[in-house]
Amino acid sequence: MSAGESSGERRRLSRREFLELGAAGTGLLLLSGCGGGQGGGSGTLNALFMKQAAYSDTDVKNMTEQFQKQNPDIKVNLTFVAYEALHDKIVAAAPAGTYDTVLVDVIWPAEFASKKMIVDITDRFPESERSKIFAGGLKTTEYDGGYYGVPWILDTKYFFYNKEMLGEAGVSSPPDTWDGVVEAAKALKSQGVVEYPLVWSWAQAEALICDYATLLGAYGGQFFDGSGKPAFNTGGGLQALEFMRMTLDEKLSNPASTESLEEDVRRIVSQGEAAMALNWTYMFALANDPNESQVAGQIDIAHTPKGPAGAPGVNGSMGMAISNGSQNQDAAWKYIEFMTSQKIQNQYAKLSLPIWKSSYDQKEVVQALPQVVPVAKEQLNDMILRPVVPQYNEVSHTLQVEIQQALTGDKSPKQALDDAAKAVASETQGA
Amino acid sequence: MSQARAGRLKKLPRSMLPKGGAFRQGPTALILLLPSVVVVFGIVVYPLLRTLYTSLFDVNSVFPGSYPFVGLGNYLQALERAEFWAAIARTAYFTFSTTLLEVVLGILLGLLLNVEFRGRWLLRSIVILPWALPTVVNGAMWRWILNPSYGALNALLTQLHIIPEYRSWLGTPWMALNMVVIADVWKMTPLAAFFILAALQTIPRDLYEAAWVDGAGRLRTFFSITLPLLTPTILIILVLRTMEAFKVFDIIYVMTRGGPADGTQTIAYYTYVEAFSNQLFGYGAALAYVIAVFILFFAIIYMRLLRRGEVEY
Repeated sequence: MSAGESSGERRRLSRREFLELGAAGTGLLLLSGCGGGQGGGSGTLNALFMKQAAYSDTDVKNMTEQFQKQNPDIKVNLTFVAYEALHDKIVAAAPAGTYDTVLVDVIWPAEFASKKMIVDITDRFPESERSKIFAGGLKTTEYDGGYYGVPWILDTKYFFYNKEMLGEAGVSSPPDTWDGVVEAAKALKSQGVVEYPLVWSWAQAEALICDYATLLGAYGGQFFDGSGKPAFNTGGGLQALEFMRMTLDEKLSNPASTESLEEDVRRIVSQGEAAMALNWTYMFALANDPNESQVAGQIDIAHTPKGPAGAPGVNGSMGMAISNGSQNQDAAWKYIEFMTSQKIQNQYAKLSLPIWKSSYDQKEVVQALPQVVPVAKEQLNDMILRPVVPQYNEVSHTLQVEIQQALTGDKSPKQALDDAAKAVASETQGA
Repeated sequence: MSQARAGRLKKLPRSMLPKGGAFRQGPTALILLLPSVVVVFGIVVYPLLRTLYTSLFDVNSVFPGSYPFVGLGNYLQALERAEFWAAIARTAYFTFSTTLLEVVLGILLGLLLNVEFRGRWLLRSIVILPWALPTVVNGAMWRWILNPSYGALNALLTQLHIIPEYRSWLGTPWMALNMVVIADVWKMTPLAAFFILAALQTIPRDLYEAAWVDGAGRLRTFFSITLPLLTPTILIILVLRTMEAFKVFDIIYVMTRGGPADGTQTIAYYTYVEAFSNQLFGYGAALAYVIAVFILFFAIIYMRLLRRGEVEY
């Protein structure tokens, strides 16, 4: 290089050139990251999934192998991360276009679509197909009138109870209202059947908002009013949090709830240390599996208990989307079509129920989960969405923190939600 | 480094330099240095400048594009937010308590490892183990130990009848923060201990013998000889640990993810959440610079202390 020719002046020049070169190079790198391509419908795909119990790594690998057999010119590389890391991974990988398909949670499409991180696939996803899918599932990937992915996991939190424990406490029929749940819990506790009859996933995480949304819906609350202002600090939203706090104060809920996620709830229920809990579909199979559970055969599933305003389940669906940086969007679409197809979904129905309405009347699905399917058929038509706003993560984080302050006794529920409402109003106003 | 070296060379009398002098070595030196310049520029200087640039704009997406210029707005926003100061306060508490505990325990452990006894080699190798664990593994391990329903700590404490029933360790903000402190101290104390051990072995024996002849007891010897001679090492540990602790991120990410109720959200974790979860990259970049300023501040103080504290035997 020119540096070899010496002389102080020359050297300084070459250093500046070098700086410019470096900057230009980095700029090019950044440029090449944005904007994707259709590709020829073949080649290599990188797909990002979530590590979970339903549709486990092995399940996804098996499905993908089937896909590759049918499409020998497409190779798919799989990556799995924990749910808690999924959002940030998608964000961090977006500029480089690392992944062709990403798994998105129901609460993200507003953010990802408005920031052009995932592709509008409305044209590829005709009405004729959409009409066969549960409405709640479709909402998962809908934003601003367009579709940004295909629902893949259609799920909500159901009510699980240990029928033997309830029987021991003399509760003849499982409670179907939240008041009934409290009564049953008191009976279980006073008769010493179990120290803490209830357990929840109330750690500082999205799981907390899922439970809160379920209760908010039951008590008739709203996250935002018609004009887009926070409304969760009054009426049903407030009652929901007061209910949560009360179950902790009365020692009906396990104090470990504030540090638990769904998997902790499953383990605690499976150890027979709780009699009632909310959780996703997957818990039914695992809590009744003798290898995984000490109370196998005792756990039953039901529609979420009713509050004064109904009994919605939280919409916890997830969809597969094509990332904007993908150079191979045609092949990515083929893969998504395959993974979300009714055939594949029916085949793996045991841990995660299909998005397709007609599946719930098909023998192979009903037989996979005979107790769950009838409950699911009803609950999946009765779901509550968490707020659809591009700043969802901020909003959710604020709510998590304030709700936890109420749960751990630092603030009164009213105070916590008022503070949250104030913060959320300023977070969403810039939109 | 190379600059300083070249400067020193120039100060030498000409006659001491090899023929042709330093002048001709310049180009060769530059060529040899070029790879490291590329590396340093690529992974240190460029990101630093880029972050500074980003911190002046309201960047709310990962993609390059044009974003509104806000000047120092992001910095001012940070200083105005209660969240920010709460995170700083938590970080200060974490830094202070972990560093203090690690130094005190490190000295005690170092003294123990310096004593001659049978099986000392075994103890020395066992003690180093926590430090050898990756932080993520350590965090995961402590999360299991502290698990409220099947964690080892609850089992131990109830079986020893220290606590009457299982309790939640990471479920309330203050307790959780202290548990993270314990996990960090457990992992990092061996580092301090080994620094101390190394320093102890350089203290000449005759000093102790002289003190003994003068009739000094063990405590007196410790405070008049050992401790003063350990001061520079203790300072080095303080520097290293304060800076590391102030930047703490991974153990929080694994153990509590900043919860409950943000009770373990340190400044580095807060920065991460704002930048990557909320996609406020401008604000995140400003926060990153604020952290850097704090650490620089510590570094300057410690450097001065260190310079004053140099000992000669």
